[in-house]
Amino acid sequence: MSEAAVVHTYESEHEATSTGLPNTKLAMWIFLASDVLLFGALITTYVVYRGRSVVGPYPSDVFDIPYTSVSSFVLLASSLTMVLALAAIQRGDLGRMRLWLLATAMLGMSFVGGQVYEFTTFYREGLALTTNLFGTTFYVLTGFHGAHVTVGILMLLTLFSLSFLGRLTQRDAMTVELVGLYWHFVDIVWIVIFTVVYLIPTGP
Amino acid sequence: MASVSVPAAGTAEGLLRRPRATTGFWSWVTTVDHKKIGILYGVTAFAFFLVGGVEALLIRLQLARPNQQLLSPSVYNEVFTMHGITMVFFVVMPLSAAFINYLVPLMIGARDVAFPRLNAFSYWVFLFAGLFTYSSWLLGGAPNGGWFGYAPNSVLDPTRGMTFYAIGLLMAGIASTVSAVNLAVTIINMRAPGMTLFRMPVFVWMSLVVQFLLAFSLPIITVALVELLFDKRFGTHFFDPVAGGDPVLWQHLFWLFGHPEVYILILPAMGIVSEILPVFSRKPLFGYQFVVFSGIAIGFIGFGVWVHHMYAVGLGPIANTAFGISTIIIAIPTGVKIFNWLGTMWKGDLTFPSPMLFAIGFVSMFVIGGLSGVTHSIVPSDYQQTDTYYVVAHFHYVLFGGAIFGLFAGAYYWWPKVFGRRLNETLGKIHFWVMLVGFNLTFGPMHILGLQGMPRRIQTYPKELGLTFWNLVSTIGAFTIAVSILVFLANVVLTQRKPREHEADPWDGRTLEWLTSSPPPEHNFDEIPTVHALDEAWHRKYAETEDGRVVPVPAGGSGAGSEAEGHGGHGGHGIHLPSPSYYPVVASLGLFVLGYGLIFSWWLVALGAVVLLAGLYGWALEPSVEPSEA
Repeated sequence: MSEAAVVHTYESEHEATSTGLPNTKLAMWIFLASDVLLFGALITTYVVYRGRSVVGPYPSDVFDIPYTSVSSFVLLASSLTMVLALAAIQRGDLGRMRLWLLATAMLGMSFVGGQVYEFTTFYREGLALTTNLFGTTFYVLTGFHGAHVTVGILMLLTLFSLSFLGRLTQRDAMTVELVGLYWHFVDIVWIVIFTVVYLIPTGP
Repeated sequence: MASVSVPAAGTAEGLLRRPRATTGFWSWVTTVDHKKIGILYGVTAFAFFLVGGVEALLIRLQLARPNQQLLSPSVYNEVFTMHGITMVFFVVMPLSAAFINYLVPLMIGARDVAFPRLNAFSYWVFLFAGLFTYSSWLLGGAPNGGWFGYAPNSVLDPTRGMTFYAIGLLMAGIASTVSAVNLAVTIINMRAPGMTLFRMPVFVWMSLVVQFLLAFSLPIITVALVELLFDKRFGTHFFDPVAGGDPVLWQHLFWLFGHPEVYILILPAMGIVSEILPVFSRKPLFGYQFVVFSGIAIGFIGFGVWVHHMYAVGLGPIANTAFGISTIIIAIPTGVKIFNWLGTMWKGDLTFPSPMLFAIGFVSMFVIGGLSGVTHSIVPSDYQQTDTYYVVAHFHYVLFGGAIFGLFAGAYYWWPKVFGRRLNETLGKIHFWVMLVGFNLTFGPMHILGLQGMPRRIQTYPKELGLTFWNLVSTIGAFTIAVSILVFLANVVLTQRKPREHEADPWDGRTLEWLTSSPPPEHNFDEIPTVHALDEAWHRKYAETEDGRVVPVPAGGSGAGSEAEGHGGHGGHGIHLPSPSYYPVVASLGLFVLGYGLIFSWWLVALGAVVLLAGLYGWALEPSVEPSEA
């Protein structure tokens, strides 16, 4: 009775699967596909209600496009550092991986911090969650995205800490890749949100 | 997450010590075995089935005679709403999940699902979602705006009911999404050697389609429920016409989920029936690939028909016509399946034990429901039927006559596999015939009531409308169904008292689960079978002679690997199975508390979030498989 044929471990990327794709990676892709529909429905709600607020402030009253462009750039830059972190762990360079993971998390935190500042400014200018349809749809859509970024930051910081405990080594490159997939996804969603919410004018 | 490297310390790691119980209460709480989780799903869903059934009986008692005041109008609203929510989210979905969880790994020759702890997490979140929703009865009133929860009624209702609805269904949605990802990965990635996609049993195929339907439709209702929750709790304006919001948006989001949901409910039952009919016809499934592809087609088209729930909203003739056409089109793959099932039975060597009776009951009752469904697709005809009992008749013919009959067929068919004993045949047949008669007595008259103009969701009706007779017949029918369910319960109790028979293959089955022992060992198969054909188990037992006769393969003969896989060998020693864990139940408990927090207090939200995070971190840091014990 050959042991090799029966020893079967779970959630391990070393296992031979039917498709050759690791289970965790396939799961992440299916989850992200599902998450597309979540943001799809939220963005749809925003678009359907665009320009239908009966009282102000309206988007053009509060948006500061240059400011949000900078914070968008910060978030997009974090995708680059994420790629560098993955490349580092794949060649076994733990030091560089820590550096880039931390950089990614910091860039993410800058983005979320920028969002908090933006929300506060808008609130001071009279746009609360319940002020009008714009406030309702804007805060819920961008808030959901911000929550996704925050979850991503938590995962990045967790990986960062685990690497110091010796529990994240070259063998675990897949874990970093999974968090990376999630991170890039959240970035791509922001490109859509930034375009739809900020850049496309509301019209008359 | 769990692919962080395993520390040598093993069990000492983490907040909680590794659970060790293999029997008793704690073994069930901490289990990650897909078979135990399947049984948990089944038992829990059946308990909810009894509760939802009692609610149905209350509705029928209230409507038995004109001008009754057994239930007040507000209680009546709560009862029919809870009946709908219960039967859809806490009965048919988890009963299907019970079969999928138990059978899919066995049918594809896997040792477990891809992520066993996530699987446990899904179950616990589902259970807590059900308990959460039901606790609303004690905490200020149950949901009362229908299972579809139309805005703005759901927003403006002063009770907490629809807030419980929103959070309860959000939790159920999390459970189903997680399990959808898990099971889709299992089916795509964990198949035994040789088990190509087109050697998978139809039940596995239908399960795969359902997982994708879940993964792509649940996020949509999640958004709708979050918006409803925000409107109710934080005063946003998503569905507030005064502020420019549009209640019809709720309807779009709800039915964009709600119609795929209909197929989520029916496809597993169709898969079950597609397994049972060939076995008791002693013929392969007629047109296997047509059944598979029509299931996939239903999955795709199911996302393009939702407006047929909204013809009367007034979206205009173009939208209504377009969705009328897509609705007519979706009847085609459904019809294909019906003909395939008939073709399977045609000239078969038919026998009629209980599973076969329920399977045939499914096919015939589903045809009636399908035909009344086609009448809804015609817009002018639907204008007459919408919001009447005709619609109630239709969807009970597909969901009870369809899904529930199919699930009972599965229960009788796989009972010997799961529990090692067959259910009593005589009681099974009594159950079937009493349920079939009761079912038609209950829902058949509703077609007539609906066409006579009886609206849905009314608490009572005046005598002069002439609705009394058929309503009384319907109530008698409902109690007949209740009697049949009692027969089933008696059957279960009597059967479980008998000693185990341990027949590995009592029905002369065609699929892999019949190759292992009954009940299967924890590791499913001593040796993972290598698959050479569709209906692998059948081909290991029978071969075709040159003149086309089917003859049994002699034991130990030339058939590929003809020894029973579950027996002998090394008895599973040396097989590393995922270890039980506390963390799935801890994390789901956190969600449960968080749910109450969203209604009552931010402190509870914080507490729930802490418990949830603790559970998730403990989970991520704990290796899924203990390094070699013993």
